[in-house]
Amino acid sequence: MVPEAEFRSYYGRPVLKGPVWKTPDVPVYLFVGGLAGSSAVVAELAAWTRRPALERASRVAAAGGALVGVTALVHDLGRPERFLNMLRVFKLTSPLSVGSWILAPFSGLAVAAALSALTGTLPRLGRAAGVGAAALGPAMATYTAVLFADTAVPAWHEAYPELPYVFAASAAAAGGAVGLIAVPLRESGPVRRLAVGGGAAELVMERVMERRLGFVGEPYREGRGGRLLGAARLLTAAGVFGGLVTGRSRAGSAATGAALLAGSLLTRFGVFEAGRASARDPKYTVVPQRARLTPH
Amino acid sequence: MSPSRNALSGPLPDVAADAGYAAPPERVGFFTDTSVCIGCKACEVACKEWNLVPEDGLQLTGMSYDNSVALGADTWRHVAFIEQSSPVDGDLRWLMSSDVCKHCTHAACLDVCPTGSLIRTEFGTVVVQEDICNGCGYCVPACPYGVIDQRPGDGRVFKCTLCYDRLGAGMEPACAKACPTESIQFGPLEELRERAAERVQVLHEGGVEQARLYGHDPDDGVGGDGAFFLLLDEPEVYGLPPDPVVTTRDLPDMWRRAAGAALALALGATVSFLGRRP
Amino acid sequence: MAEAHPVGFQWVMEAKRRGATVIHVDPRFTRTSALADQHVPIRAGTDIAFLGGLINYVLENEKDFREYVVAYTNAPAILREDFEDTEDLDGLFSGFDPQRRAYDTSTWQYAGAEPAAASGERDTESDTSSADENRDKESGRGDRMGAAGAVSARPELDETLQHPRCVYQVLKRHFSRYTPELVQQVCGIAPEQFHFVAEEITRNSGRERTTAFVYSVGWTHHTVGVQYIRTAAILQALLGNMGRPGGGILALRGHASIQGSTDIPTLFNLLPGYIPMPHAHAEQTLDTFVGSDAGTTGYWGNMRSYVVSLLKAWWGDAATADNDFCFDCLPRLTGNHATYQTVMDQIDGKVLGYFLPGENPAVGTANARLQRAGLANLEWLVVRDLALIESATFWKDGPEVETGEMEPADIGTEVFFLPAAAHTEKDGTFTNTQRLLQWHHQAVEPRGDCRSDLWFYFHLGRIIRTKLADSTDDRDRPLLDLTWDYPTEGAYDEPSAEAVLREINGWGPDGRALSSFTELAADGSTRCGCWIYCGCYADEVNQPARRKPGSEQSWVAPEWGWAWPANRRILYNRASADPAGRPWSERKAYVSWDDDSGRWTGPDVPDFEADKRPDYTPPDGARAEHAIGGAEPFIMQSDGRAWLYVPTGLRDGPLPVHYEPQESPVANPLYSQQQNPARETYVHPLNRYNPSAAEQGSQVYPYVFTTYRLTEHHTAGGMSRGLPYLAELQPEFFVEVSPQLAVERELEHLGWATLVTARSAIEARVLVTARMRPLRLDGRVVHQIGIPWHWGPNGLSTGDAANELVSAALDPNVHIMETKAATCDIRPGRRPRGPALLELVEEYRRRAGVTERTGTEGVST
Repeated sequence: MVPEAEFRSYYGRPVLKGPVWKTPDVPVYLFVGGLAGSSAVVAELAAWTRRPALERASRVAAAGGALVGVTALVHDLGRPERFLNMLRVFKLTSPLSVGSWILAPFSGLAVAAALSALTGTLPRLGRAAGVGAAALGPAMATYTAVLFADTAVPAWHEAYPELPYVFAASAAAAGGAVGLIAVPLRESGPVRRLAVGGGAAELVMERVMERRLGFVGEPYREGRGGRLLGAARLLTAAGVFGGLVTGRSRAGSAATGAALLAGSLLTRFGVFEAGRASARDPKYTVVPQRARLTPH
Repeated sequence: MSPSRNALSGPLPDVAADAGYAAPPERVGFFTDTSVCIGCKACEVACKEWNLVPEDGLQLTGMSYDNSVALGADTWRHVAFIEQSSPVDGDLRWLMSSDVCKHCTHAACLDVCPTGSLIRTEFGTVVVQEDICNGCGYCVPACPYGVIDQRPGDGRVFKCTLCYDRLGAGMEPACAKACPTESIQFGPLEELRERAAERVQVLHEGGVEQARLYGHDPDDGVGGDGAFFLLLDEPEVYGLPPDPVVTTRDLPDMWRRAAGAALALALGATVSFLGRRP
Repeated sequence: MAEAHPVGFQWVMEAKRRGATVIHVDPRFTRTSALADQHVPIRAGTDIAFLGGLINYVLENEKDFREYVVAYTNAPAILREDFEDTEDLDGLFSGFDPQRRAYDTSTWQYAGAEPAAASGERDTESDTSSADENRDKESGRGDRMGAAGAVSARPELDETLQHPRCVYQVLKRHFSRYTPELVQQVCGIAPEQFHFVAEEITRNSGRERTTAFVYSVGWTHHTVGVQYIRTAAILQALLGNMGRPGGGILALRGHASIQGSTDIPTLFNLLPGYIPMPHAHAEQTLDTFVGSDAGTTGYWGNMRSYVVSLLKAWWGDAATADNDFCFDCLPRLTGNHATYQTVMDQIDGKVLGYFLPGENPAVGTANARLQRAGLANLEWLVVRDLALIESATFWKDGPEVETGEMEPADIGTEVFFLPAAAHTEKDGTFTNTQRLLQWHHQAVEPRGDCRSDLWFYFHLGRIIRTKLADSTDDRDRPLLDLTWDYPTEGAYDEPSAEAVLREINGWGPDGRALSSFTELAADGSTRCGCWIYCGCYADEVNQPARRKPGSEQSWVAPEWGWAWPANRRILYNRASADPAGRPWSERKAYVSWDDDSGRWTGPDVPDFEADKRPDYTPPDGARAEHAIGGAEPFIMQSDGRAWLYVPTGLRDGPLPVHYEPQESPVANPLYSQQQNPARETYVHPLNRYNPSAAEQGSQVYPYVFTTYRLTEHHTAGGMSRGLPYLAELQPEFFVEVSPQLAVERELEHLGWATLVTARSAIEARVLVTARMRPLRLDGRVVHQIGIPWHWGPNGLSTGDAANELVSAALDPNVHIMETKAATCDIRPGRRPRGPALLELVEEYRRRAGVTERTGTEGVST
């Protein structure tokens, strides 16, 4: 199933142009966006099941993540002063447009909910804002996978069936990790389960994705992308393990949470680097396309 | 309002009407016949002169006579040079080809642009409205041909406009006007496609079996290009993708997957909260 | 052609589209080769052997266009008994004087012809000429079209072409050893490829088809450059391709309007319209001048009218019959004032001032070091150009300042840099290759202090005349009596270019613009600034400004621009019809005789008297055009025939000979005579030559190099290397070598290399490419290095100049330098800087045993 190594190119130069997005801006945004979205859901569930500490921590995480995310995105723009142009149109064919229309209301709602929860003012409106943020939360965590996949970048585009699940699981792990770090053990049971489940799901989906990709998945296994994802895998596995065994230790839980956060962050960096590498080397564009054209 | 499969990929006979123009003129584009290109680079210079594109690199590349390297924000016509010697008899061949933005029927750059800066013109071409672009850079990795790019120091993206300003005045693009051998031909796309088919036939009859068209077919992965080519070897030899596909073709499926994953996240979170404390 | 004339090359592509076969003969595989049907790699400097081989093929296989050859060439002409060919004298013709390094051409004449008249010859040497070795290379007669003066009109003919001393048989014998095997041995061209070319061109010549040759400086920049063209002319005349549509030999000139700059000349030994410049003689009148130079046959027979009209244009009313129409006001030549001799005189301190309008010898002329040595030894220098070129800045940052040979403070030359207007900023004409004048209109005003050349010379003259206005010195009269009254316009008082054009066209006694040079009179009633341009302003219309699209006129398109002479598009087009005036074939019909109207007709202006019958026989004593018969198309020659053999007019032989270039790693396989015995060499420490194959030490400079152009840059780069859009296309100076040479000399692709000759050493980036091929010559391999000559130290894209390597060794007929074939060494790495550079060059010279005599022999010993 391994395609022929022989291919022709123009002096070995890339066919595509890789993303011009800045790092750490965009990988960080993916991470905090997923974290914020997941946290918004956790916050509502925490409120519903009367876990106030968890609710507060998650609201702060949702709002903070949203704000950090917005800052990162605006900073990444070539013309940051024109960031509002993102809201000139609403285009379903543009995940970035759709995403802007998710992020904008989500940020507002998450910040409103967090402010209300922290200061105690306008609790009803605050709660409504929180519900709104939670409704948008899962979209926050998954649209970014579509953002990456909806390009010509071989390692991203070909990965589109699994990538949303990888990002969702990673967001779940991150959202759960916040609780493990910031919340007393008596309230963090559910998020332990969420974190462990999310982490495990991330490990599985990531493997499934790489396997299916085959040749085009090479950048997830080799080079800088491979190294980052390898580290992410280790940290996430440690977090899953930790989640299972630190049920009685606050410190252990915090360490577990930290490992999961780091793993979630490195996953995004790894995916970003793998994409760049797959755009840079012409073989990932030429070989599969040439194979498609060659009759068997 | 949700995009149907047809609108995102596949043949699209009236691209300007599809974009909303009421009575657009005939679609125009380029047919670049590389079999008569003499590698003079008049196209590169004419384009830069007309569009005030900055110089972008004074370094010898060693890539034959190609020191422009690739299309980008500051190179909108790029002449490629490929030296080939036959291993059998040492016969030399020097391929020369002027590359340009393809102005795809289904343009991924346009599809993914979140500000509406990239638009389809009444001529069927794709242009960037530079007063709107905020340099988000999304179009850059979306392009299956690696054309559009961000200009260093400016922040916005730039690419060939098919000399939109000249078209509006009834003139042909600068590169087509400058090309001395009519390697770059400009005109109604339908007519160019007919001419190109005839030219390939003439070449085949003359023994040039390697001649083939590229980007001419409305059934290809981008719905056919507004700027298509006659090549004398496989596309990848020239740095072109063999079988480009507009990424938007798979977008509906991507949204479905994302929705599934979002649902899974919501469900997973809810399930985590079920059951007794803690 | 695709490299240097990409716009003109569109017509080659059009021809190809219509089924023409395109063959490209060049040491390198260029962008032209990429589009040609066949590329023939050739050793630089050996085209005479290649073309001679084709001539031999044509003669041996009797593939010449026999009727054409017998009727229209001097093939039947019988030569003198005492003529000896290079086959007899091992590479020399009869009459060579080794002391003067020149030929006495009397033995070359037709049988029964007057020897070159003593009176005629005398005019070639001024009374003040010295016996100096270099001064003996006079401007000479070679520059006169037809050089008709010294030959009596009618040779004895043998139309069966059997007479052993007829030109046809002499030609056959002369080229008999130029076999395909010899072509391989000399040129490195395989016999199969040679036969392909030979069969193609012969198959495609004759009544039904014609073949065209196109060349540029790849053929002219040789010590045998003129003979290169001659060989092609012989071949094309034998094949019957001259004067016929789709035939001919097209000379692509090297610059825009350089054709114009020989028509209205910047050449020292010509007056407008190729009238020779007079030499200094104590007693010379207009009559003796015209008498010695005017031919008795052909249109040169009217030379008096052309000269008088020119003098009237220049001196107007001051020129009268009484004062020989101010003939005495014309400057005189006192010797060889060609550019290289002038540079030598500059170095000797004999030249005070120099104008360089649009010329950049500091990097753009052969032996750049020699050029800069001359520039540094002037009192004043005026440079007019678009940017600060190297010739304007050499005194402060030229290579000699870097090596320490020159100190800016010690250079006495006062340099004036006056910025020039570009062609878009002024009116004027271009006269290009096909003798076509095309007017260009000013599009924008020049900026700042930039001014056109017309403005500069007009106002310079005006100011000088104002300063001299009160002079009573006779010596100032020529200047003060000049007509200098062009109207000026605009904020800068720009002289009207159109007024100048009109003066060049000339007008008659009624003041109306003339229509044809046949209207020019010898009595002072007409004025004309250039007789071949007469007609360009006919009917008071700016003919060169015409732009009727090709689609609206015949395929000859005579209403686009205006070609000299008389808007004739193909010269000698009488030859497109047979002696009876009928086209050779319907397919190739062009100009033919129409009995009903009693005129020659066709889509072009007939290059013949319009009403001269094909059967016209000149009566005895007929002169000028009346001495040309009705079946004699080559009207500028005294006998009306195309000259396969040139009895008079050339300094180095009536027939072309393969000689090796001045510097070559190959010993001439044909003769003991290695190089052109009549070539011009200069003995000077700055102009040492590499030893050639025959000489000791030649292996120190073992590789052939050739210089050439790239599309992206222009000449020495003054107009291109400062422009970002062009500089980025070819940003650095590079040389091209074959993969095999790269291995042999350990050169890396994109690495640096140093190239060395006896003149200097330069550095360049290396491009290793299969487009450079080693050539197999008789068992040995010869490597060639390609060197684009566009670079110099000034501008955006900078680099060493190829002309540092090139020597001054000239063709004796036209004093053109040999830049296209020479030898050098190449080694990896950058060159030394400062005085170490001079040491490197000296070390090479020592190893090669280079002395002041190396390479300077006339006759090879």
